[in-house]
Amino acid sequence: MLVVTCIKQVPDTTQVKVDPVTNTLVRDGIPLILNPYDTNALEEALRLKDKYGFRVAVLSMGPPNAELTLRKALALGADEAILISDRAFAGADTLATSNVLACAISKLSEKEEVGFVLCGKQTIDGDTAQVGPGIAVRLGYSQLTFVDRIENIEAGRKTVRVRRKLEGRHEVVESFFPAMISVVREINHLRYPTVPMRLNSKDARVTIWDNKVLGLDPNTVGLKGSPTWVSKIFSPERTKGQILGNGMADPEGTARLLVEKLKEKEVLTF
Amino acid sequence: MSLFFALFFVISIVIFAVSCYSTLGIVRHGLPENRFDNPGKRFNNMLKYGFGQKLLFREPYGNVHFVMFWSFLIFAAADLEMVLRCIFPVFTGISDKVPPVALLFDVAPALTLLAVLIGLARRFFLPPANIKDRSNDVLKMLAVIIILILAYFGSRGALVASGRSLPDYLPLSSFVAGFMANLSPENIDFLASCFLSVPALALLFFAVYVPYNRHMHMVTAIPNSFFRSLEKPSALKAEDFRAGNTFGAGQVNRFTWKDLLDTYSCTECGRCDAVCPAANTGKPLSPKRLVSSIQENLLANAADLKKGRKPSVSLIGEGKASISEEAIWSCTTCAACVESCPVSIEHLSKTVKMRRHLVQMEAKFPEELLGFFENMEQRSNPWGMAPSERTKWHANADVKTFEAGQTEYLFFVGCAGAFDSRARQVTIAFTKLLNAAGVSWGVLGNQEKCCGDSLRKLGNEYVFEQAVNENKKTFADKGVKKIVTHCPHCFNTLKNDYGLEVVHHSELISKLLKEGRLKFKSAANTGKVVFHDPCYLGRHNGMYDQPREIIAMTAGETPSEMGRSRERSFCCGAGGGRMWMEEYTGTRINRARVKEALGEKPGTISVSCPYCLIMFEDGLKDEGAFNDVSVKDIAEMVAERI
Repeated sequence: MLVVTCIKQVPDTTQVKVDPVTNTLVRDGIPLILNPYDTNALEEALRLKDKYGFRVAVLSMGPPNAELTLRKALALGADEAILISDRAFAGADTLATSNVLACAISKLSEKEEVGFVLCGKQTIDGDTAQVGPGIAVRLGYSQLTFVDRIENIEAGRKTVRVRRKLEGRHEVVESFFPAMISVVREINHLRYPTVPMRLNSKDARVTIWDNKVLGLDPNTVGLKGSPTWVSKIFSPERTKGQILGNGMADPEGTARLLVEKLKEKEVLTF
Repeated sequence: MSLFFALFFVISIVIFAVSCYSTLGIVRHGLPENRFDNPGKRFNNMLKYGFGQKLLFREPYGNVHFVMFWSFLIFAAADLEMVLRCIFPVFTGISDKVPPVALLFDVAPALTLLAVLIGLARRFFLPPANIKDRSNDVLKMLAVIIILILAYFGSRGALVASGRSLPDYLPLSSFVAGFMANLSPENIDFLASCFLSVPALALLFFAVYVPYNRHMHMVTAIPNSFFRSLEKPSALKAEDFRAGNTFGAGQVNRFTWKDLLDTYSCTECGRCDAVCPAANTGKPLSPKRLVSSIQENLLANAADLKKGRKPSVSLIGEGKASISEEAIWSCTTCAACVESCPVSIEHLSKTVKMRRHLVQMEAKFPEELLGFFENMEQRSNPWGMAPSERTKWHANADVKTFEAGQTEYLFFVGCAGAFDSRARQVTIAFTKLLNAAGVSWGVLGNQEKCCGDSLRKLGNEYVFEQAVNENKKTFADKGVKKIVTHCPHCFNTLKNDYGLEVVHHSELISKLLKEGRLKFKSAANTGKVVFHDPCYLGRHNGMYDQPREIIAMTAGETPSEMGRSRERSFCCGAGGGRMWMEEYTGTRINRARVKEALGEKPGTISVSCPYCLIMFEDGLKDEGAFNDVSVKDIAEMVAERI
């Protein structure tokens, strides 16, 4: 059985600044990293491989340089890496992206049964958390979002039990698979590749699929297939804070003041 | 009779040689390594560290060992002469013909005896603290030596008594001969034979005993001083990153033959444990045990190795013949052990080799390091801050950009100097000095990347190599020739690992002060200054005087010294990648060192390393002395006065 992990190479947004004049992201010299949530999705897929013997395929839609990220996934133990890259796919919103990814996954399922699609909860550049659910809907898979633990998989009954991390509570859900599972950071830590794994992945082949392979209607992909577009990006103005209390001179009083303020804002409720 | 002795003797020699060979032969299972290069220098080292016993003189008892060593060598020659004379009556030896030799052959054994007795007395009445889990091997050994010497005097006395040796220059032997004066020649002969059997028996004893315990150092210490590393203690071999290769030492035969020979040279004297910051703060690392565990592992796997099989007892793990992971990760790579070892053992490189295995082959390391490694790979700095933050300090300084062909010194700021808010102040202070002295300098700004010091010491050689290649390319592209840095870790790495021309800021500032290019405007306001030697400036690079000169010029008096300073300085706890790891076991190393510094009642603790700066400030906070004592880099002390 195949576990497909969708990953995305994103600009390291801790470093991204918005140009105040043009209101666009300043991307010059900003390193590209693997979307942090996707590292957890990848790790979870690798753990399923270790535990159940599933095969792991990593899938990424992006420019040709995204191959580096896929190669890293291969170094970590993924069995297959596919880069979906075509000029026609550029400028896609979440709808067009999930359309392309769903098409690629169904193509993979022609050869081998796909049991799970693992995604990060969201990406740190778009922050929509829509692509995972979009894939699930298009493929007719169960949709399990914000998962912080995969508790059990029963191959016979084709069920999976997961724990979802919601605000202030957990929810344990059982569902049939194939399923799309989107994961939160708490689920695991990404393993570190050994050097032999890295060296072997140097020659590993990353398969590249373009629209000739996928054969999607050009009007449903890329900019053309995207009903949403970004009209403006800006940094919200930050109102200046205020220093209260006497700091180190009166640590007890400062701490008391802090607790009062937190209660006032209903951050503390006891 | 003499034929019988000759035969007995030859057999003993053969057994001794065979037993040494079969013991040391196992060393061949180590990886190859060239330790025969530069024979002149090696020979010199052998004279200095081997025959000269240079490192033993640090403590008064070293004199006794020196006397024991040399008088024992002379005694061995004397005993050999005597044995030959008794076996071959035609051989008259040389001592009878050369009076000084006769005197030497009579006095030296007595000196050995005296030294042995002093050693025994020390063992029983004033045992040194560093010999903790001592075995009683030494007692058997010393007993045999005492018997051997007494028998020697017996034999030589018999020679004198029977008139075959002149008594003139043999005061002690003549004294012994006096007891035999009334014996018949037959009885003297019989006594002589009895005494003569002792050296042969002793040799047999050595043959079966020496190769299996620490007295093997009597055979291996001298060769080991010849094979002594000619490089700095932190010098590590690069690895050949090709698919199919194995990296680091995950099993005992992944050490080199010299690593394995080291384990046979160890005398278990415990000098390494006495100076080790980990061992002294309750960590499960003992450099002495590390070395003996490697030997135990080698012996436990001897049968496998001889049959060409993979060793079955694991090198890294729990158990007496293995080294625990926690011990391996406890090392700060301060090199105090290497520096203090009288028999040239290289502990540091062995530890890094095992770390290389854990990181590179098994991806097994303390969990804090996962973040560190990722920060290094994704953001080229250990703090994991955005590379754009690297130039944040520029706002508070008059910064020059490095221009190819025009700028003399590249100021390599280092990650601590750029990202840590406290170390940034050192960076800013140093730029003030550079500007005030009119030095031509410049920085790379956001193009600077971490030198990779911690990566290398933590065993992540693969990523270190990538960092080296990237940095070397940047330096080449920019036309960098000379580098100055205020971080001893960057200094050591760029200088010794990259092979570049680098000066530490203590060298440059001391030069600028001496040349009168920095003028003091205000008075010193430091109080009593105590200086802490950073390991990577001091022990690793031999620079002890420059920072002290700066302090003497700046504070008006030479800094006060802690009990452990210069070569014997005690690490702050941040080296070897420990900066990025938690210290869960025992006392914190920085607190131990801060306590020692506070013992000097200083107003200022002076450092010349950003890691030491951070560790000392943290330690002072823990000790509740942060508001009374300040920690300052030498650059800050100078900058405050100009």
